[in-house]
Amino acid sequence: MSQTQIAGDPALKSNIPAGPLAEKWDGHRFSTKLVAPQNRRRFQVIIVGTGLAGAAAAATLGEQGYAVKSFCFQDSPRRAHSIAAQGGINAAKNYKNDGDSVYRLFYDTIKGGDYRAREANVHRLAQVSTQIIDQCAAQGVPFAREYGGLLDNRSFGGAQVSRTFYARGQTGQQLELGAYQALSRQIELGTVTMYNRHEMLDLVLKDGRAVGIIVRDLVTGEISSHSAHAVVLATGGYSNVFYLSTGAKGCNVTAIWRAHKKGAYFANPCYTQIHPTCIPQSGDYQSKLTLMSESLRNDGRVWSATKQGESRRASEIPDSERDYFLERRYPAFANLVPRDVASRAAKLQVDQGFGVGELHNGVYLDFRDAIQRLGRTVVEQRYGNLFDMYANITGDDPYSVPMRIYPAPHYTMGGLWVDYNLMSNVPGLFVAGEANFSDHGANRLGASALMQGLADGYFVLPATLPGELANQLGTPVADPNGPEFRDAEQAVRDEVSKFLSINGKQTVDTFHRKLGKIMWENCGMARNAAGLKQAREDIVALREEFWSDVKVLGSGNTLNQSLEKAGRVADFIELGALMCQDALDREESCGGHFREEHQTPDGEALRDDDNYAYVAAWEYQGAGKLANLHKEALEFEYVHPSQRSYK
Amino acid sequence: MSMNLTLKVWRQAGATAAGDFETYQVPGVNEDMSFLEMLDVVNEQLIGDGREPIAFDHDCREGICGSCGVVINGRPHGPLQGVTTCQLHMRNYRDGDTIVVEPWRAAAFPVIRDLVVDRSAFDRIIQAGGYITAPTGGARDANLTLIPKAVADVAMDAAACIGCGACVAACPNSAANLFTGAKITALNVLPQGQPERWARVAAMVDRMEDQFGSCTNYTECEAVCPAGISVNVIAKMNRDYLKSRFKDRRSLIRQADVADEA
Amino acid sequence: MLTGSSPARPGGPMTPARTRPRPHTWIIEFYSSAIGKKAVMAVTGLLLLGFVLVHMLGNLKLYYGEPEHLNEYGHYLRTIGEPILPHSGFLWIMRGGLILAFVLHIHAAVSLTMMNRRARPVGYKGGRTYSAANYAARTMRWSGIIVGLYLLFHLADLTWGTANPDFEHGEPYQNMIASFERVPVAIVYVVANLLLGIHIFHGAWSLFQSLGWSNPRFNVWRRYFAVAFAAVIVVGNVSFPLAVLFGVVD
Repeated sequence: MSQTQIAGDPALKSNIPAGPLAEKWDGHRFSTKLVAPQNRRRFQVIIVGTGLAGAAAAATLGEQGYAVKSFCFQDSPRRAHSIAAQGGINAAKNYKNDGDSVYRLFYDTIKGGDYRAREANVHRLAQVSTQIIDQCAAQGVPFAREYGGLLDNRSFGGAQVSRTFYARGQTGQQLELGAYQALSRQIELGTVTMYNRHEMLDLVLKDGRAVGIIVRDLVTGEISSHSAHAVVLATGGYSNVFYLSTGAKGCNVTAIWRAHKKGAYFANPCYTQIHPTCIPQSGDYQSKLTLMSESLRNDGRVWSATKQGESRRASEIPDSERDYFLERRYPAFANLVPRDVASRAAKLQVDQGFGVGELHNGVYLDFRDAIQRLGRTVVEQRYGNLFDMYANITGDDPYSVPMRIYPAPHYTMGGLWVDYNLMSNVPGLFVAGEANFSDHGANRLGASALMQGLADGYFVLPATLPGELANQLGTPVADPNGPEFRDAEQAVRDEVSKFLSINGKQTVDTFHRKLGKIMWENCGMARNAAGLKQAREDIVALREEFWSDVKVLGSGNTLNQSLEKAGRVADFIELGALMCQDALDREESCGGHFREEHQTPDGEALRDDDNYAYVAAWEYQGAGKLANLHKEALEFEYVHPSQRSYK
Repeated sequence: MSMNLTLKVWRQAGATAAGDFETYQVPGVNEDMSFLEMLDVVNEQLIGDGREPIAFDHDCREGICGSCGVVINGRPHGPLQGVTTCQLHMRNYRDGDTIVVEPWRAAAFPVIRDLVVDRSAFDRIIQAGGYITAPTGGARDANLTLIPKAVADVAMDAAACIGCGACVAACPNSAANLFTGAKITALNVLPQGQPERWARVAAMVDRMEDQFGSCTNYTECEAVCPAGISVNVIAKMNRDYLKSRFKDRRSLIRQADVADEA
Repeated sequence: MLTGSSPARPGGPMTPARTRPRPHTWIIEFYSSAIGKKAVMAVTGLLLLGFVLVHMLGNLKLYYGEPEHLNEYGHYLRTIGEPILPHSGFLWIMRGGLILAFVLHIHAAVSLTMMNRRARPVGYKGGRTYSAANYAARTMRWSGIIVGLYLLFHLADLTWGTANPDFEHGEPYQNMIASFERVPVAIVYVVANLLLGIHIFHGAWSLFQSLGWSNPRFNVWRRYFAVAFAAVIVVGNVSFPLAVLFGVVD
């Protein structure tokens, strides 16, 4: 079945290979042109970002013999935010013999993404998932083991099979260190040149091709040009557009936004994932929100008050005055409903005034019954480190007082548009990991982000990027002193001078907070047309205000963290406007995008496959202007879209 | 509960500039703030007064990235055990307290600005051999290598290191043996790590000693480590290093045996 | 060995480091590393511990209260290995070994100290606190230097006799009594042996770490061992001057 009603943009070629779903990837790898080993060192490849996707790609392409330059803004490539992922990584190994398969992982991911992802990409992801585990185990990633020495698995995020591999609560850390170590080996061998504390501030195009980047050395302030035959952006997601998110403080949209401004299409920017189990905000000074692992919902029960403005302590509220709202609304999945469903339900309770805690801004995640049923020791074994972390942050003891949780922005499914080869519409520009839009549709399943980052970095890019390079054999790398680079460098210098000369009254963080508030209230978990229109106007006004009233002190020739933030917030503001435009355009609810106008009578998301089964790829038209929409129609040959139900 | 604090912060304009402490009065500190959020508030005040904000490294603010880390009242990451600076909350302080904040001090970690230091020396140790050579694509099925749970646990305990550098900052000798020992142990106890075991320890230790001081077993590093790495990893590193220097490499590789490590 | 401070980052890429070339002869290569030097300190420390223990045990013969036991024991030490070894041959071999151990122990300590000074050219301006490093660990250099100086005095006093006006060769019992009856000398012996105990308290634990003798099963015993060893040496050695001073033996 395919949605022929939607007219896709013929210029937007997804380059999905022909053939049966399961044979596409192998066939494609065979038909992709190769670069002979002795020619590889003549190709320069720039990779921005050293998270799972970036570090894995840099290490693998370095191993293959390409001349790689790797960039990260952190002080060490190991600190990219992939390192903070807790839960695990999915793979269709079926080690537990519980009915998993490549096809089931593919199916679950398409369904979990609310039928807004490409079948071919997702199937490839499921296929290479098994190789990822093999690769990481070979690198020495200390995955959890059974007593017999085999790898252990757990069920995660409500999946019906146990396909999640994990390393305690630090899976992201261990996978990131594996990739970082492989990268380090290549740095020592000289195949990869590492630029730490460097931030990409522009993409350089020549004759429509991506030929390099402009970076700022964050220590000396030096702005320099780097040219290459191909540029890979693996710079992560943009949750920090909400100011408060589970992202690291440094996570930003700048690299992909500047590429977008140079012509790369931004796909599905409104698809953002709000994670249900985070610690609620405690005050205005709050700088980030901390995620508590989703696994807590396996044993914890979520409840809110039944009367508004409840001010009693949890222990004083009798069972009859507790609303176990997930169990009430979703008897089948109860506390284990997917992230988007759980998040919206919690928001509804708080919005209606049933929130708990001093600020009434959260709901309880209660382990009282689990402790009674399993005993404190078992609960301690399962969640001890999480409980300690919670106690340290909040000062409350979750063994005796229920945890307070509230949803927080966590992951962004949207990103730069890429084809099957992970190449954007700008030739020579590749995008990997969370920075691209590709595999998760409108909602990402738990433990799938690590899978996608590593799939892109270890297996997809190293197979598809050479095909693009092969076309350029004999073409010398662009001259980094050429006019395209000089102009771009000058523009970056001008921007730095501009920030330092405005000398307004408000700090960068003040603007970021304002933006976050607009986005969270209007483009967060629930959106409606009026709010989105208003938000867009507010953001345009905020942009004006920013460029006339921001205060950035210091100089451009030293480490200047306010200056770094200023550039990032300027881009977030522009992105915010595009997110609102995209959210407004998408007159349906799907996955992480919930439009209040489009819901079933009982408050569930209502998709419109006839009119919206497409990827919205936006083309930049200038600051403050509306972007141009290009549609890539999504065709479902194997999985038939249906209403997701968790009741 | 809000508190008034006096903050003495090391300010240094650049790597070669002379630095000194500056004193700030910080009113209205909320006990639920993290230490870094308190610094954020100070910075907002400073910018408001037209003074450059305090530079400090930070990123994830959930204790795992290892970016943050300052010496607080003479102790790296502050008074709590097993906690990074970003996870230290102001409820551990009292109204009227004076808090002295200083960067890591080590020749291998030169100050870049204020509280920010360059920790590339750690990356260079990893580059010397802190990996298992496993080119992408060549791996066999992960379950073909059986690893006893106890061995995997030892590896994971060591691999939990977040690379923040507190061990170096705390060590009176600025030694990096806890960091290097953790990285070596995490790989050297695993079956996959055996082929390169002896070359790895020799290369990493040599690179470490080019940059850092030596371990004299103060165990100060263990006390401040936010990831709870034990000095046992230093003993393991020492043992492997001594073996690698004394014994014939070929015979060592034949002896590769992981069972005794758990 | 630390080659000096890393330069402040000049900007630009993270240049791959090149490990400083090491000497080729394995034993020199080994000793040129800090871990190698610590191992040498541990092994020489162990030898010196053994010597200190045997020395103390031998001196217990003082408590016979009659000169001949200790004096015979001193004489016996010179005859070990005869007739294959010349008179005092074994003793000199032992002395040679001890001198070598001392020299290596001190050389390694000095060069590691210099390395560690270079590793932290700028200290904590706001002061620092210690969470784990105990007094003994932090004062190893001072206790080591003082015990070393005391050793020279001890040799001058009871081996060479130059610091003991009543010294007679071959009569250790009488020499000890004569020496310890001088109150200031007895105090020197007591204080120096307390410092030796402090030095041993850290060293006898530290050597396990340096040699990589770590096993969760017995690690707790490493500390007990160090405490017990230090206590035995201190009690034994301090008892001699006190026993003489207070007339328990004369």
